[in-house]
Amino acid sequence: MPEEQAPGAGSTQPCGDSESQQKPQDHINNGQVSDQKQNDIEPHQNEDNTQLAQSQELTPPPLPPRPPLSQAGSLRLSKKPSRPQLLSTPTTALSLADVHTQSYNSEDGAGSPASRAVSRKHSFTHFGRFVSNNNSSDGDDSASIKSYIPSLDARVENESILGDVAGDDTNPAWTALNEDYEKDDPFQTIFSPEDEALSDQIQHEFEDVESEQAEGTSEEVALENWKAKLKHFFILSASGKPVYSRHGDDQLISNYVGVAQTLISFYQGAKDPLKGFTAGSTRFVMLSKGPLNLVAISRLPESDAQLRSQLEALYMQILSTLTLPSMEKMFSNRPSTDLRRPLQGTDVLLDGLADGFTRGSPSALLSALECLRMRKTNRKVINDTLLKVRSPNLLYGLIVAAGRLVSVVRPKKHSLHPGDLHLIFNMLFEAGSVRAGGGENWIPLCLPGFNNTGFLYMYVSFFAASETTTTNDEAPPEKDDELAIVLISANKEAFFELRKMRDDLVSQLDSNGSMSLIKTALRKGHASCAEIVPGTVLRHFLYKSRGNVQFVMPAFEPHFNDLVARRRLMSLYHLMHESIHSRTAHLKVQHSIASNATALAWETPLFELYCVAGPRASRAALAQGANRVVQWIRREEERVFIIGGAVF
Amino acid sequence: MASRVQQGGRPGGARFAQFKLVLLGESAVGKSSLVLRFVKDQFDDYRESTIGAAFLTQTIALDEQTTVKFEIWDTAGQERYKSLAPMYYRNANCAVVVYDITQASSLDKAKAWVKELQRQANENIIIALAGNKADLVAEQPDKRAVPTADAEAYAKEANLLFFETSAKTAENVKELFTAIAKKLPIEQASQRGMRGAAGRTAGVDLGSRAEPGSGAGGPGGCNC
Ligand SMILES: Nc1nc2c(ncn2[C@@H]2O[C@H](COP(=O)(O)OP(=O)(O)O)[C@@H](O)[C@H]2O)c(=O)[nH]1
Ligand SMILES: [Mg+2]
Repeated sequence: MPEEQAPGAGSTQPCGDSESQQKPQDHINNGQVSDQKQNDIEPHQNEDNTQLAQSQELTPPPLPPRPPLSQAGSLRLSKKPSRPQLLSTPTTALSLADVHTQSYNSEDGAGSPASRAVSRKHSFTHFGRFVSNNNSSDGDDSASIKSYIPSLDARVENESILGDVAGDDTNPAWTALNEDYEKDDPFQTIFSPEDEALSDQIQHEFEDVESEQAEGTSEEVALENWKAKLKHFFILSASGKPVYSRHGDDQLISNYVGVAQTLISFYQGAKDPLKGFTAGSTRFVMLSKGPLNLVAISRLPESDAQLRSQLEALYMQILSTLTLPSMEKMFSNRPSTDLRRPLQGTDVLLDGLADGFTRGSPSALLSALECLRMRKTNRKVINDTLLKVRSPNLLYGLIVAAGRLVSVVRPKKHSLHPGDLHLIFNMLFEAGSVRAGGGENWIPLCLPGFNNTGFLYMYVSFFAASETTTTNDEAPPEKDDELAIVLISANKEAFFELRKMRDDLVSQLDSNGSMSLIKTALRKGHASCAEIVPGTVLRHFLYKSRGNVQFVMPAFEPHFNDLVARRRLMSLYHLMHESIHSRTAHLKVQHSIASNATALAWETPLFELYCVAGPRASRAALAQGANRVVQWIRREEERVFIIGGAVF
Repeated sequence: MASRVQQGGRPGGARFAQFKLVLLGESAVGKSSLVLRFVKDQFDDYRESTIGAAFLTQTIALDEQTTVKFEIWDTAGQERYKSLAPMYYRNANCAVVVYDITQASSLDKAKAWVKELQRQANENIIIALAGNKADLVAEQPDKRAVPTADAEAYAKEANLLFFETSAKTAENVKELFTAIAKKLPIEQASQRGMRGAAGRTAGVDLGSRAEPGSGAGGPGGCNC
């Protein structure tokens, strides 16, 4: 099902991405801004950066040498299907690739640490102690992954297996990174004490800054709480009016919004939009989208590309509420428009997205969807049932189980856009209001990936997997126990038609046994890593099928049971994801080790695989685990992925 | 008028009628809370705003013989959904227009809704005005922003049923819906099998107006 993009949607997606695609130099310029800030805290970089920093201040710096065209070109092509973003059009990530190409070139020449910092610094700041052991060459390592390669694709074997990263001189960016950390104790834990503090904080991350309503929290306390947040998101209008802030009320944030606005407009005025900078250990990333400026502020280990894709998702949520033309019209009629009014009531949706990013969401990181694992024949019955009961005004139909897709029905010419589905799933499963309503819902929404200019109408009804009846008069289901039927139409009057389709669908799924299969699968939850790959050292993995834009993962339990452990795991995945995606060399396998985890990232044209094992897992065992995951996926492909779906 | 009536389905002249009800009013006055109290007898102190509109049903027994089923549209009340409101009240048999008795401006909004209903909706529509959050003024009388007498006078003049309610304590919630049910033409509907204005069953009204595909290709439709 979800392919990269609906055929018709391309033309209706002018979301301003072209700018960032075509001007990678902007990133680089702003990377220098980042270096400038970092001078304060990283004196060893001082000399190298000073010059660049000054040139930034005085005149626009000369454009960095462009990477050889052929190299950049092939990179774009090969990377396109897997860009880490919610919009499937290639956006900022492309320029990121260029940044790294740049780093490559510079290393070739002067070996400038400045360019290294441009490319990597912020994304590794908090992961500093997660050290690759690619210089080690103990016996273990000779067991290259090559020997386990599944015969998935001949090309995989030929080109992608740099089983031993060690001493890979052809990859200066990697070497540079490594040099950087040789200065540190290479075998410290992945999370330094500073990171422990972050872990503590995340438990309070989602609390209100004025939480203790004990006679009004003093302003200072509120401000302290506010500053302690690991992550902030701001959205401002071009004229500087606050549109959204994850934490703190208008009064509390007004100074900060003012500063952000000043910075943004200063650089915009200089025709050199600010893309990001670092202050202390905090990364700031900006994204300009038409009349809005979005800002992400993070102390978590995330790359600019990852933060930017989070901002893209928030922007898509706003479009989803308003549509692009109507938002543009509001601002062209009145540039000082207060967008909070038209967005009233959607804070919960933006908060849901923001908090998902802060907790760390595999789906958002990989820009992919997860499916409920089912036998192929069972899924086929469900698909056929969907087709059979399809009503004339249906555009898309989805059966979703606790955030995982069970089945999709769609017109031949329209695939579903992962970014759009992310918005829908967020609305259904993160924000409580639809589920808590306890009834059926009819929701106008714009799916910007499909068409950002107009509304569709979404019928939603929830079921609990644990109940035997399917009436609507039951209590709202538990969160991990919920089954939703989502039917989308372009016709705003189609509610009762789709409601009837829902009734028909449910009664047929009940009578052909599918409903109980779905509920059983849902109740069973994720298989553990040990069930999938018995005896493995792996504790968790993420496997993304590029072609299907879907991912598979095992249960977080038993190794990652709480918020803190999961966030650490997700941080590790963010790190690996970034290093795989920001690479210019043909590095396809990366093996990393630290005192409390080992990890392996593996990229082929067909998939991305990220595996995490315990601290003492050998390289061979990791590689073997990775291969067995790939073999398992290959065997289970038509169970774990929806391939095509029900198409009419 | 009743939308659907089952005649003679039960012995002893039992009557069953189904009516469409729409809730309107400013955001956060307690529309969803009133419905949740009525349908599930629950209340949440913290409720997220409704997104779009929610559809619920509840059946009440007026007496041993008479059962009334409400099909309820709980609308979101936000400005941006304003243009969709006619879709929800167009074939409604009854409406509950809600304001918050601690927010004077919410009554103005309610009055605007009443006006719109009286102009645009079904001409026989039964409208009830509900001043919600009565529990708040029971504790702190100075929180009241709309005097009961004022609202009552207005309701009388505009020919509305009127209750001060609390979704939180359930005060007057059942009473409100029962009073509406009693004013609905059950007898008439039951005897003559009268249908809703536009369709055989309540539900189809909304959908039956649309030519298949009429909305498709509209602003949100695909252009390819
Ligand atoms: N004290 C009190 N609070 C209420 C009452 N009804 C609703 N609320 C609260 O008012 C807020 C808005 O209610 P909601 O039902 O969502 O309003 P709606 O937007 O009109 O649907 C929620 O926080 C409710 O808990 C009530 O009768 N008494
Ligand atoms: Mg509501």
